[in-house]
Amino acid sequence: MNRTAAQVHGWLLLLPTAVLLAAFTHYPAGATLWHSFFSTPKPNRPAVFSGLDNYRAMAEDPVFWQSLANNLWFALGTIPVSIALALLMAIWINGRLRGRAFLRLAFFTPTVLPMIAVANIWLFFYTPQYGLLEQLTGLFGLPNHNWLGSNETALGCLIVVTVWKEAGFFMIFYLAALQAVSPNLYEAARIEGAGPWTIFRRITFPLLMPTTLFVLVNAVINSFRLVDHIVVMTRGGPDNATSLLLYYIYDVGFKFWDSAYAAALTMVLLVILGATAVLQFGFLEKRIHYR
Amino acid sequence: MLKRLALAMLAAGSLFAVQAGAQTEISFYYPVAVGGPITKIIDGYAAAFEKENPGVKVKPIYSGTYQESIVKALTANKAGDPPVLSVLLSTDMYSLIDEDAIVAWDELLKTDSDKAWHKSFFPGFMENSQTGGKTWGIPFQRSTIVAYWNKEAFKEAGLDPNKAPASWNEMVEFGKKLTKKDASGNVAQWGVQVPSSGFPYWLFQAFTTQNNVVLMNKDGTQTYYDNPAVIEALQYWVDLSKKHNIMKPGIIEWGTTPKDFFERKVAIMWTTTGNLTNVRSNAKFDFGVAMLPSGKRPGTPTGGGNFYLFKKSTPQQREAAMRFAKWMTSPERAAQWGIDTGYVAARADAWDTPEMKKYVQGFPQAAVARDQLQYAVAELSTHDNQRVTKALNDGLQAALTGSKTPEAAMKDAQREAERILKPYRK
Repeated sequence: MNRTAAQVHGWLLLLPTAVLLAAFTHYPAGATLWHSFFSTPKPNRPAVFSGLDNYRAMAEDPVFWQSLANNLWFALGTIPVSIALALLMAIWINGRLRGRAFLRLAFFTPTVLPMIAVANIWLFFYTPQYGLLEQLTGLFGLPNHNWLGSNETALGCLIVVTVWKEAGFFMIFYLAALQAVSPNLYEAARIEGAGPWTIFRRITFPLLMPTTLFVLVNAVINSFRLVDHIVVMTRGGPDNATSLLLYYIYDVGFKFWDSAYAAALTMVLLVILGATAVLQFGFLEKRIHYR
Repeated sequence: MLKRLALAMLAAGSLFAVQAGAQTEISFYYPVAVGGPITKIIDGYAAAFEKENPGVKVKPIYSGTYQESIVKALTANKAGDPPVLSVLLSTDMYSLIDEDAIVAWDELLKTDSDKAWHKSFFPGFMENSQTGGKTWGIPFQRSTIVAYWNKEAFKEAGLDPNKAPASWNEMVEFGKKLTKKDASGNVAQWGVQVPSSGFPYWLFQAFTTQNNVVLMNKDGTQTYYDNPAVIEALQYWVDLSKKHNIMKPGIIEWGTTPKDFFERKVAIMWTTTGNLTNVRSNAKFDFGVAMLPSGKRPGTPTGGGNFYLFKKSTPQQREAAMRFAKWMTSPERAAQWGIDTGYVAARADAWDTPEMKKYVQGFPQAAVARDQLQYAVAELSTHDNQRVTKALNDGLQAALTGSKTPEAAMKDAQREAERILKPYRK
């Protein structure tokens, strides 16, 4: 009897969150899957079951494939660099250093700014001829370049903005983790005659692994979730060179009003994110030892 | 306690019902696409209208950019609660019809004065507002493309500062003289700039119109992207940077183009008339405004927003909305709106009002857009508009960045447009 009461108690405690999750995460995901098997309803043409038609159209849609490829490059460009930078900055300002508070603030500022504002600032950095970047390269006598207006450089420019925006945020987590590492470990290592590199490799980095996993999960999600700067800076152009998956979903859903096809595209995004979550929590977590 | 609350709610409900019976409320979405205190101006208009028309309550709702506005309006429509009236892009007409969201204005035009109002707009602006013999949009904030030129730069280059290029050949010829390089070989000032980010199709339509070719049919079911004259027009645009070296290579940002002009990085820019007030207050040099140069003929597309009337509304609301739209587009209001923003006052008699005459006298550049209207054509608009337009935009950007030849780019765009439009042909 007592056990049943405890069970009910537990479920009651979980209920509010469970309801919210079901209403705003699980139901929409399920509904999206359901709708992706139908045609887009129009006033004079109600939705009809169309099986895998939306997915077949997707397989033949060059913009979808390009957006997917762009997104993988975007993820590959932003995740390792922003994590490495975050770790580097955290270690640097964790040491005894004059003006430490100022540095911490400076590194964290990009995180506080809204992405739309950031993108507008960077838009003028990249402006051809008189933008900040052009003035710098001009000093070295390099030729003019239309950074956001060329197929080759546009995506790279967006990656730089994203790294700049995210590294400071991840740094905060590393900083907190670094301050939790016991100084005894470092003292012991130094007595044993370990150099700074060995200390980092054998003590600091392994102890930071839980943080790295957390940061990695966030970085992966963000690389598929952040599209605000694309809206401001390139609108997916030139010729879809900066179109990311989520941006394309927005285009299809809210510009073309093809909600069924947008649902099919969303399923791809869900599968990608789901697969990375399984990989990260199932595989990587086993190799990390928590204290 | 609960009983009392229920009673209070009932009382409030009946009070509300009484009020609603006496007054017709019309909600009104409007986007802001140019600089200036637009929200204040619109609120002022609404208040003035309410004073003259007791019994009608206008609720203006700022709804973001054009794109955000159509998203909001159509989403609200699907949820069953659209605005009564909304200003949306004239090119969204087919999409709104296909979604069965709007009604035509024709059935509301009962008196002779209503019918006269309907005929008072420049025909160039009505092209994007009518289809299938019905009028779906009332021109409100409309624009065209014009060329702005820096008179000082012209003087420095040895050109007549009061004469803008009038033909395609002249634009190349002037552009060559206006393009200046610094000591290290970098271009310090480009001759010409035609922006190509976001919605390059609109600027491209100027080139195609000048080359005497249209991009779509009147029913919005067919495009002609791969017509040889269209490819030729694109070749001219591409050649401005590729062959003649008078325009910055790559995609040119729409948003920073006026700034490039103010910074003297470009001598001639193409942009909307809606930027007129912006250029007037920010250019630190003498500038001119000209019609776009002619190819085989002069030409520009129109652009901007129309009033649309949503279907989910009561007869009283529709009637009140018509009165409001008529009041908003009266000659005096259209003139004032044009002076405040730079939009082209959409009817001829607005240009005969004393305020407008005085304004044009002090600032003759303002009349260029009006004079160009006789050569203006409908902006590209078809069924499934944004998707068909994207096919063209992608092709244009591919050609301008050099990843495809103009011919291949336009053939690909046409193939994609064909695929999308086929279901709409009966």
